[in-house]
Amino acid sequence: MTEFLNYLISGISLGSVYAIIALGYTMVYGIAKMLNFAHGDVIMVGGYVSFCAVFYLDLPGWLATILAIIVCTVLGVVIEGLAYKPLRQAGTLAVLITAIGVSYFLQNAAQLIWGTSTKSYASVMPGNLALGGVTIPYISILTIAACLIIMVVLTQFINRSKLGKAMRACSEDKGAAQLMGIHVNRTISMTFAIGSALAAIAGVLLCSSYTTLNPTTGSMPGIKAFTAAVFGGIGSIPGAFLGGILLGVIESMAKAYLSSALANSIVFAVLIIVLLVRPAGLLGKYVPEKV
Amino acid sequence: MKNLLKKKTTRTDFLTYLGVIVAFVIMFALQQADMLKNSTQGMLVPVCCFVVMAVSLNLTVGILGELSLGHAGFMSVGAFSGIIAAMSLEQSIPSDLARLIIAIVVGAICAAIAGFIVGVPVLRLQGDYLAIVTLAFGEIIKELINCLIVGYDENGLHVMFNLSGKLSVENLNMTENGVAIIKGAQGAVGVDKLATFPMGFVLVMLCLVIVLNLVRSRTGRAILSIRDNRIAAESVGINVTKYRLMAFVISAAMAGSAGALFGLNYSTLSSTRFDFNTSILVLVYVVLGGLGNIWGSIIAAVVLYVLPEALREFNDYRMLVYAIVLILVMLATNNDQFKAMLGRILPKRRKGAAANG
Amino acid sequence: MAKKVFEKGKMVPVPSHSIIPERDLHKSPILECSHLGIDFGGLAAVKDFNITVGRTEIAGLIGPNGAGKTTVFNLLTKVYHPTRGTILVDGMDTSGKTPAQVNRMGIARTFQNIRLFNNLSVEDNVKIGLHNHTRYNALSSIFRLPSYWKQEKIAHESAMELLSIFDMQDLADHKAGSLPYGAQRRLEIVRALATNPSLLLLDEPAAGMNPSETVELMENIVKIRDTFQIAIMLIEHDMNLVMGICEGICVLNFGQIIAKGTAEEIQNNPVVIEAYLGKQKEG
Repeated sequence: MTEFLNYLISGISLGSVYAIIALGYTMVYGIAKMLNFAHGDVIMVGGYVSFCAVFYLDLPGWLATILAIIVCTVLGVVIEGLAYKPLRQAGTLAVLITAIGVSYFLQNAAQLIWGTSTKSYASVMPGNLALGGVTIPYISILTIAACLIIMVVLTQFINRSKLGKAMRACSEDKGAAQLMGIHVNRTISMTFAIGSALAAIAGVLLCSSYTTLNPTTGSMPGIKAFTAAVFGGIGSIPGAFLGGILLGVIESMAKAYLSSALANSIVFAVLIIVLLVRPAGLLGKYVPEKV
Repeated sequence: MKNLLKKKTTRTDFLTYLGVIVAFVIMFALQQADMLKNSTQGMLVPVCCFVVMAVSLNLTVGILGELSLGHAGFMSVGAFSGIIAAMSLEQSIPSDLARLIIAIVVGAICAAIAGFIVGVPVLRLQGDYLAIVTLAFGEIIKELINCLIVGYDENGLHVMFNLSGKLSVENLNMTENGVAIIKGAQGAVGVDKLATFPMGFVLVMLCLVIVLNLVRSRTGRAILSIRDNRIAAESVGINVTKYRLMAFVISAAMAGSAGALFGLNYSTLSSTRFDFNTSILVLVYVVLGGLGNIWGSIIAAVVLYVLPEALREFNDYRMLVYAIVLILVMLATNNDQFKAMLGRILPKRRKGAAANG
Repeated sequence: MAKKVFEKGKMVPVPSHSIIPERDLHKSPILECSHLGIDFGGLAAVKDFNITVGRTEIAGLIGPNGAGKTTVFNLLTKVYHPTRGTILVDGMDTSGKTPAQVNRMGIARTFQNIRLFNNLSVEDNVKIGLHNHTRYNALSSIFRLPSYWKQEKIAHESAMELLSIFDMQDLADHKAGSLPYGAQRRLEIVRALATNPSLLLLDEPAAGMNPSETVELMENIVKIRDTFQIAIMLIEHDMNLVMGICEGICVLNFGQIIAKGTAEEIQNNPVVIEAYLGKQKEG
């Protein structure tokens, strides 16, 4: 039982990281309709920035996190402006390949700057909380809390604020939004900024729980988080949250009780089954093409 | 016949075949004359494999119009089934060429079966959802093969799934003459390097004939019509599921044949060689070569496979340069301002098949 | 002009439900719908739709915007599956069939918002329509067997012949997407005809055409019916066209048939006038 609880908590914690990344993915997809494969690498950059801040500058964890958020936000906006904005009229595949180019670029730049070797990352919040037989790392608690806060704040922001309204309008119909006086380009930039800031937070949390960091750290979590976003219904904020948590729990349970070698396969198999039953994901709306 | 040659598409096809033949003859002559550098020599077979991969993926992405992110999975199935076939027939069929051909056929068939199994559920989805599910299948195939332990002795094949991660070749209980073929996460070991450059050429030509002839036929038109407008295709009586599946399976089979050739070009091979990044690599060839544009895929595959190798002098910077080149090319081919600028520099630039779709 | 076209069709006596009871008595109808209906989210978009179309009839389906006309076409071609009722094509039930199967049973259609294969040539568009009448398999195309060459030649000739209905042979090598609007609408009709239908559904064929193009289209629709001996059902807002060539007209409002009859009957039907213009205020 305690074993099960341990796995469950680590699953929820991992799922929270996925959820934070997936939220960024889903927002960017909702508005730009693109699969941003470079998103995972922004996580990695966030990890490295916070690593350097702690290791070289001796900054405290929270300050390192803020620094990572600032760097990644700027990075996200720069990437969008340089690589994606000129392709707004182009086909989805062209944007996809460009995103892959950006992903290669970030990975190789990181490799040049920080080397290929795996760095050991000091958790921003070390230590464990012992509750009966269950030991919960503080970082797990922090991760879950961060995810919940982000989720609530983001939902309020999207539904209440002016920018949030603009984002929803743009994701619905860019042309009409523009005619209503919404600055579409600026709105998309802001979405990338928010998505990248979330990626930075996810980067710090992810590296803190895995305590390792290398230039490809972000790829697999990026893909998984994207899977989570699709799983929950891409474009849907609660969907990304739900998808992330479920994915994390499934992965953790599969590793513990089924097969560690096939854990990813099990996660992907669940995704496939869900999509076959609900073609638009758990909370997504399926809109058939109008004839 | 003469009339047919006047048609633009037929002429393009002819030039494509001709280009491949000429390139082969030159490279083969150089190889026979021993005038190639070792590194170039080593690239001949893989280049052929990746040309086939690009051409086959173009069938799915460019001609059928469905984004597949798991094409390397089929290559992987072909590679490992081909290796198993070639190695287990070592005693009974002494001829290398015969075993190579059998391996390629087996690889193609196994990949086609995998393509069918994957395609039936996947093709119920559309667009980005389909893409993510192909990605998922690619990863699943990779992990499954990663767990595979296969050996061969006089009693036949021994196959085992190493789900717990604790098993090894010893658990196969083979006789002393037993040969381990695939050792789980280590992948295939001690593979006979049967692959030859002429075989690669034959495979490329075969795939070209299949794809080009298929496209200019009733079947190809049906596939193209689904890409252009699925609802209209249905309205004129085209069995959309059948043709989507057909294109998907043919594409998988060709990837499998390429995989078998690729696998038999190295003495060891791990399934991580065919991960998501390999799928993406091939997708990049297809998109840069132009969707639906077969000769474009060939050129893109050759250039982009050779380029990173040629950039070896830059060593650490080469992948960075590759990434920047990739982004710039995408911007150059898809941004109107950029295009207009190019148009002024090269006023006679023909309006070819655009790279977007 | 319109009057003259109308007289081309020959009147023949016929069974009940038909909009015009005089046609095709000696033959079974090509289309019979009974109690057809579909709900979208609890709302009945089409309800209790009954219609019979004779073998060589030109029928019109009219009604205000949002009346459910295109939905009826989508039901007939199985783009939507009806919630209630049955559709018989040539006496055979279409329930559980896919759009492609219904096409093979004899219904071809055009779309309100044109759906051509834009990146393919005009000729290829028509050849795709001929798909089920070109008989060779994938293997003979890969190996270019004699059957490939023979069948491709036949397909080419049939495509050209069909294009000649609208005098479009010269456009055969053009990309369908690059054609002007009117030509695209005509090409869609040709493509539908290529599937050798016995009932052709035209969804607003004259939309976006100028008056002289419309007149030409009217003549062509009648010509198609006469040469191919097929039934044609059309949705159209251009009343000159509908009144000019439709032998029977069916008026739809809020998903229900409110009137059926000949052009003259429809024009004078107070219910129809009300549906289009609203209730006249008294006094």
